[in-house]
Amino acid sequence: MGTLSLLVFSPFIGLIALLLAGKQSDNITKRIAAFSSLIPLILSILVYAQYQAGSGLSEILRWVQFEVGEQTLTLNYELAVDGFSVILILLTTIIAVLAVFTSSWQIKQNSHLFFMLMFLLEFGILGVFSADNLILFFIFFEITLIPMFFLIGKWGGTDREESAFSYIIYNGLGSMVLLIAIAAIFVTAGTTNFSEAAEYFRTSNEAGLQLGIAIAFLIAFGVKLPIFPLHSWMVKVHVHAPPALVMIHAGVLLKIGAYGLIKFGVGILPASFTTLAPLIAILGLVNLLYGAYLALVQEELRSVLAYSSISHMGIILLGVAALNEAGIQGAIFQSVSHGLISALFFLLVGILLVRTRTTNLRKLSGLARLTPVLAGFFLVAALAGLGLPGMSGFVSEFTVFLGIFENMPVIGAIGTLGIIMTVVYMLRAILKMTYGTYRNMFGDMNDLGMGELIPATILLICIVVIGVYPNTIALTVQQTLETLLVGIGG
Amino acid sequence: MDIQTLLSFEWGMMAPEFTILIVGILLSLLDLFGKDTWKKSLPWLAVGGVGVAIIFLLFQYGHGDISILGNTYVFDSFAFYFKLILLIATLLILLMVISRTVQQEVRDRGEYLYLLLAALLGGMMVASGGDLISLFVGLELLSLSSYIMVGLRKRDVRSSEGAMKYLINGSIATAFTLFGMSYVFGLTGSTKLVDIAREMSGSLGSGEPVAIIGFIIMFVGLAFKISTVPFHMWTPDVYEGAVTPVSAFLSVVSKSAGFIIIVRIFWGIFGNATFGGSDTLFATMIDFIAVLAFLTMFIGNLVALRQRNMKRLLAYSSIGHAGYILIPLVSLTPVSLENIWFYLLAYAFMTIGAFMVIYILEQQKQSEDISIFTGLYRESPALAIIMTIFLASLAGIPGTAGFIGKFNIFVGAVAADPAQYILAGTMAVMTVVSYIYYFNIMVQMYIRKPQLEGTTKIARLQSVPLILCVAGTIGLGVFPFIALNFFH
Repeated sequence: MGTLSLLVFSPFIGLIALLLAGKQSDNITKRIAAFSSLIPLILSILVYAQYQAGSGLSEILRWVQFEVGEQTLTLNYELAVDGFSVILILLTTIIAVLAVFTSSWQIKQNSHLFFMLMFLLEFGILGVFSADNLILFFIFFEITLIPMFFLIGKWGGTDREESAFSYIIYNGLGSMVLLIAIAAIFVTAGTTNFSEAAEYFRTSNEAGLQLGIAIAFLIAFGVKLPIFPLHSWMVKVHVHAPPALVMIHAGVLLKIGAYGLIKFGVGILPASFTTLAPLIAILGLVNLLYGAYLALVQEELRSVLAYSSISHMGIILLGVAALNEAGIQGAIFQSVSHGLISALFFLLVGILLVRTRTTNLRKLSGLARLTPVLAGFFLVAALAGLGLPGMSGFVSEFTVFLGIFENMPVIGAIGTLGIIMTVVYMLRAILKMTYGTYRNMFGDMNDLGMGELIPATILLICIVVIGVYPNTIALTVQQTLETLLVGIGG
Repeated sequence: MDIQTLLSFEWGMMAPEFTILIVGILLSLLDLFGKDTWKKSLPWLAVGGVGVAIIFLLFQYGHGDISILGNTYVFDSFAFYFKLILLIATLLILLMVISRTVQQEVRDRGEYLYLLLAALLGGMMVASGGDLISLFVGLELLSLSSYIMVGLRKRDVRSSEGAMKYLINGSIATAFTLFGMSYVFGLTGSTKLVDIAREMSGSLGSGEPVAIIGFIIMFVGLAFKISTVPFHMWTPDVYEGAVTPVSAFLSVVSKSAGFIIIVRIFWGIFGNATFGGSDTLFATMIDFIAVLAFLTMFIGNLVALRQRNMKRLLAYSSIGHAGYILIPLVSLTPVSLENIWFYLLAYAFMTIGAFMVIYILEQQKQSEDISIFTGLYRESPALAIIMTIFLASLAGIPGTAGFIGKFNIFVGAVAADPAQYILAGTMAVMTVVSYIYYFNIMVQMYIRKPQLEGTTKIARLQSVPLILCVAGTIGLGVFPFIALNFFH
């Protein structure tokens, strides 16, 4: 068992520990969960270090064989990481630790089951980013569905069951489309390994089939990202799921969509994605403007953030559509940056909800008077979200637009409108909440405690470090980016 | 046929069938004349009999093809693999019968046992039938035993209603089947599959329309057993009326036998018949089966959404699954048979498992409504997790046998020539529809609170079939190559 397998299966340590401990008092359960959530983090840092050192991490084990006529189709258990996935793995484990820490004061009921499901979810996500063939990717992808379903349905807000079903139906459809695409690749290319499949499609000339698979990918990951007409489930999840879960959901799970589009779409089928680029660009533009426009009129902070996520995912699509170095690099930056920023936002939302039980902007007005530090953090997060220079949001938006202006200047020009709207809706929401007239609806409130301050600060530091010194990510993904560009150029 | 030829047959190949026959007769005699004290151990005799039959069958692994009794009894790899499913499934169902805790139907107990074995014998004869007559007799033995088993609870209105519906629908279907067979006989002048296939492989000429009519009528008749459209209406009523182990039997063993006879007849006869010059007759009729598959998946899964009675829900879900299994029948790739076999095996474990959980809860709560699952995680975490495994497998979530089965079917459909993307797409959409009702049960188990505080215990005997089914479902899901390699 290599480091990578160890990492992927490490959340099971927490799960089994909780299972063995049985139903203990809340405090013990939370302590076990918090400590065991650190194990994947440590292992992911180890994996990151090994990747940087250039040592091979890939693992392969024989699994299933199919014989279709003369063809023998082999399925392996194979793991590998590239620059993009190693960063997302690190992002996953960091956010997971923080989510477990924060949920320990947000989750009042059945915390035992809650943490077990959280670890199962983390297992699925780590598997998704470590899988080196499509089937394995799909298996882990599906594994994330079940814990998410229960986490939303059991611990969510008012419309929790409806949101959970909406989540499972949309994502189920997406993953079934993905499964058919994978089966098609499996049958035509005879393999589902990423690099072997990419190699096969480089030389084959079945343009129609390739385009079909590419569209299937776009739909499947379009549900996850989400792309405009497929987004309604995601707004529900943002609003009704417990905030600690949304940290993982908005922070990492949505990035599976971006990861899939870049790694499978651009990586395996570059030719078809070049054909689809104008469509993707227009979808990106719609996402960017539609999300921003709706974010402008929401009265709920969580809805504002949900639509802002849609808007920010539009930027990723624009970067993918640009299909050049700057564009894709920007899309990768945006994935990481939005992951951190939305995790920070929902960390703060969780903190807020414990105190006020509402995120209605009107009711919250004048928050700065009661809790100046919390309000300050909200403002900083908003500034990061609107892309203030010096923070990660700026770097990613800037690189994406650099890429898109090179290839599609008109789309780029319209897209800048979205950037302006982002500033407006972010500031409107935050200012309304923190600096409006003080209504004294909640009585006395404590400002941030130590346990809340530390996670928020950790996320903030990450955001600023990437903003000031983007090379932390750029250097890691350099090699992956070059491989992708060779595919597009060839 | 003199005594010399009779003795020259390899009777040893029929050892599994003889075992079942002898145990069945023995059981009926003991039940009739035996002392009451013996009757407690009768189920174990049945289990032992099926176990011995499985062992006999396993000894035949890798044995060459043999046909005896003038080609009416055939042993080939097809018969071997599918008989194995029938035997394993019946064994699980017998274990389910044994685990009964509520003794309401104690007087019927012996009858269930030997009727189950008689039905199993019918199914095994179908698997080995090499002649239309022996296939039909096997099928009728299976059907008649099933009619009685459904109606055994004679004081129960639903049971009688179910038995009545089953009998009438079944008789109509039988008439269809026989009628279709008569066309085939008229065309070829033989009832032996080998002869028919040989006759049909030549040019049919003006016989083509007759062959098509025979094909359609026979398929419609046999579709009754696998409960696909248009003969699916009986399924929910019969499953609801029958005792739960019998429902499980109908859902798994009877359905498998239906698929066996369909594959045997249609691939055996029509797969060779040339039609219009180049294609086989079966290949030209694929669209017909494809439409049935589409309708079956569609109706089964959509109607399942509205069910509250758990056995009706599983009935509709089993209709949907029959539709999935029709896809490899349509796609006609070299892996089709393997796909059907694997799916039926996976289906046996997960369906019997789900019925077993319902059976346990039904006996404790005297209800079959979906509310028996409400708050189950509080009452019995183990039972809730076990049910989750079966539901996940039925829904096709990775890590379970159901996923591998579905994935095989997808690969087969996409590899088919021309590729069956529409069927694969329908299956995909219907799988998501099935998520809704399977996950709804999970919502009941985990999210809702129980109405009454209490615990649900699993008795030791009840845990045996559960453990076997969980092992089968997870084992086939994680190590599918064990079964797939065994099949080659």
